[in-house]
Amino acid sequence: MGSIHVNHLGKAYKQYFTRWSRLAEWLRPFSGVRHHSNWILQDINFTVQPGEAVGIVGINGAGKSTLLKLITGTTQPTTGHVEITGSVAALLELGMGFHSDFTGRQNVFLTGQLLGLSAAEITELMPQIEDFAEIGDYIDQPLRVYSSGMQVRLAFSLATARRPDILIVDEALSVGDAYFQHKSFGRIREFRNAGTTLLIVSHDRQAIQSLCSRVILLDDGRVSKEGEPEAVLDYYNAMLATRQNQMVRQHEHEDGRVQTISGTAEAQIDDIGLYTAKGEKVKSVRVGEQVELRVHVVINADLPELVFGYQIRDRLGHVVYGTNTYYLDSRLTQLRRGERITYSFTFLANLGPESYSISSALHASNSHVIANYEWRDLSVVFNVVNIDSPAFVGTAWLPPHLECSRG
Amino acid sequence: MNNMVSALWAYRGFVLGSVGREFQSKYRNSLLGAAWTILNPLAMVTVYTVIFSSVMRAKLPGMDDSFAYSIYLCSGVFTWGLFAEITGRGQNVFLENANLLKKLSFPRLCLPVIVVFNATLNFGIVFGLFLLFLLLTGRLPGLPLLGLIPVLMIQITFSIGLGITLGVLNVFFRDVGQFFVILLQFWFWFTPVVYPITIIPEHFRGLLMFNPMAPIIGAYQGILVNGRWPDWQSLLPVTLLSLLLCVLAIRLFRKRSGEMVDEL
Repeated sequence: MGSIHVNHLGKAYKQYFTRWSRLAEWLRPFSGVRHHSNWILQDINFTVQPGEAVGIVGINGAGKSTLLKLITGTTQPTTGHVEITGSVAALLELGMGFHSDFTGRQNVFLTGQLLGLSAAEITELMPQIEDFAEIGDYIDQPLRVYSSGMQVRLAFSLATARRPDILIVDEALSVGDAYFQHKSFGRIREFRNAGTTLLIVSHDRQAIQSLCSRVILLDDGRVSKEGEPEAVLDYYNAMLATRQNQMVRQHEHEDGRVQTISGTAEAQIDDIGLYTAKGEKVKSVRVGEQVELRVHVVINADLPELVFGYQIRDRLGHVVYGTNTYYLDSRLTQLRRGERITYSFTFLANLGPESYSISSALHASNSHVIANYEWRDLSVVFNVVNIDSPAFVGTAWLPPHLECSRG
Repeated sequence: MNNMVSALWAYRGFVLGSVGREFQSKYRNSLLGAAWTILNPLAMVTVYTVIFSSVMRAKLPGMDDSFAYSIYLCSGVFTWGLFAEITGRGQNVFLENANLLKKLSFPRLCLPVIVVFNATLNFGIVFGLFLLFLLLTGRLPGLPLLGLIPVLMIQITFSIGLGITLGVLNVFFRDVGQFFVILLQFWFWFTPVVYPITIIPEHFRGLLMFNPMAPIIGAYQGILVNGRWPDWQSLLPVTLLSLLLCVLAIRLFRKRSGEMVDEL
C-alpha cells in the first residue's frame, strides 16, 4: 500500500499560433499541427516505495507543483503515466472549497465530501478535527469571521483527519503560528512513523532533512539529481548560487559522505581546521572545551568585499549554529589578488556528544546567494565527546545550576 | 460511462450538500430567510396570473376562461426558465469553478449535475406554487397532468446535453458563451411562449419544426390549458436529438476534460 510509480511523465501546455488556430485544428484534425508544445516536465521517472518519505526541491518554475498536480490527478499528463496504490491525501491548497458564509462545521462536512470522505466518516472524525484545530467555539461561526490562521488550522485538520496511505505536501508545512506549525509537523511525522508514504515539496531544508530519506532535485522540468538528502540539498544549495559562471563539484568525503564545493573561485579556502587552546589540530573535542576555527584564505582576483561565514551542522545536516564576518562586523573591503587572509574564531564547544560538520562560505555581503566565491560543505568534520561532564542528551550544552529543596 | 456514474454516486454527498448550500446561500443573512424561497416565485405567479387576467384582460383566442392566457403564459415561461437556467449556468459551470478544477481532484461531472439539481429545485418551487394555484381555482387538469413527467424528462435531458456541450466548448472558445446568450433571446421569442402559435403567419409556421423547444413547450401548454395528453409523435424528434446531444456531450467532455484544466 502507498506506493507511487512515475513513468516517463511529461507535461506540455499548448501554445496556439493565433487565436483561430485551435478552431482550425479542431475542425480539420488532419490538416497539421497549429500549436507548439511548451514542455513543463519531461521524462520524469521515479518510484516511491511504501513507507518512504521523498522530498522534491527545485527553484521556482522547475515544475514541482505541476508534478504534484499530475500525481494527484488534477492535471492530465501529456506523456507517460502515474501509478498509485492506496489512498491519497494532498495538502496542496488548504481551504480550497471553503465557503465564507457557512460555519466551520458545515464547511468541514461539504469540503470533506469533496475530498472523498463520506458523511458518516466525517461525523465520526468531527470531534477529532475540532480537537486538533483548537479553534474552540468558532467551529459554529461562519468562516468569514475566522482569521486566516484559523481557516488554515481547520483546513489542515480536515485534510489530515484520516491517515492516508500517501500524503502529498506542497509547502504546507509552514501553516499557522509557530505552535500550530509544530503541531502539524508532528502529525506529519506521526503519519510517517505509522507507515504513510510521504511526498513533500518544500524550500525548507530543515523540514525536508528531518522527514525525508531521499530527495529529488528538479531543474528545468527534469530530474537533475536524486539521492540521499544531504548530498542533494547541498548540491541544490550550491546550484542556487550558481546562476552565473560558477562551478559545482561533488566528491566523496573521507567518511563516505558527499562533499559539495561550489563558487566562482575568486577567493578560496587554502586550509581550514579546528584547533585546541594548545594549538593542536583536532578531530575530537570535549563538551564545553575552548576551540579555535582557523581559516586561511587566498584571494585569486581583486575583490571589492569579502565575508567569511560558517555553519556548524549536526549529523542530519541541521544547522546548530552559524554566523559570518558580516554579522560580526568585520567584513574586509578592497582586496588585492594574491592576498592571504587568516581568520580565527575562538569559541566554547557547548555542544552535545555527536558528530558535527562545518560548512564554510566565502562571499560578498550578508549571504552567499548573490556573489558566491566558494561554498564548501563538510569543510571540517569533528566529534564532540563527553568525558568529564554529567550525562545529557541533545545537541546543545546548557548546563543548569540546580537547587532542590524538600518539604 | 459506468465508472462516470459510479464516481458520481461516490460523490453524491458532495453533490447534494452543494445543492443545499447553494440554495441556502441565496437567503443567508436575510431576516426572512427561507421565506424568500417562496416569496419570489409567488410574486412571479401572481404577476402572471392576476395581472394578465384581471388588469390587462388578456384573452387566449378561442378560450372563454379569463385565466386561460395566464395559465398558457405560466406553463411556458416557467418551463422555459428551467431550460434557460440549466443551459445558461451549464455553459459557465467549468469557468466559474476553475479554481476548484485546477486544485482538487474529484469527478468533474459533479459540477453540471449540481447545476441541474439546483435549477430543478428552483423550478419545482415555482411550478409547485403554480399547480397549487390551479388546484385552488379548480383548473387542475386530471390525468393528463401525469404527462408532465415524461415531457420534463425529455426537456431536462435536452438541456443537460446542450449545457455540458456548451460548457466544455466555452472553456476553449469564450465566444460560445457570448453567442449563446444572444441566441437564447431569439430562441425564446421564436418559441410560442408568450404568444399563441396562431399568431405566426401560416407560411412561417413550418419553420417551428426546426425549433426543438417548440413541441416541448407546446406539450406543457396543451396539458395545462386544454387538459390534453401530449402529442407523443411530435416529441419524438426532440427526444432523439436530446439523446444525441447527451452522447455528444459525454464524448466531448471525455476527450477534452484533461485539456480543459490546462485552459482554465
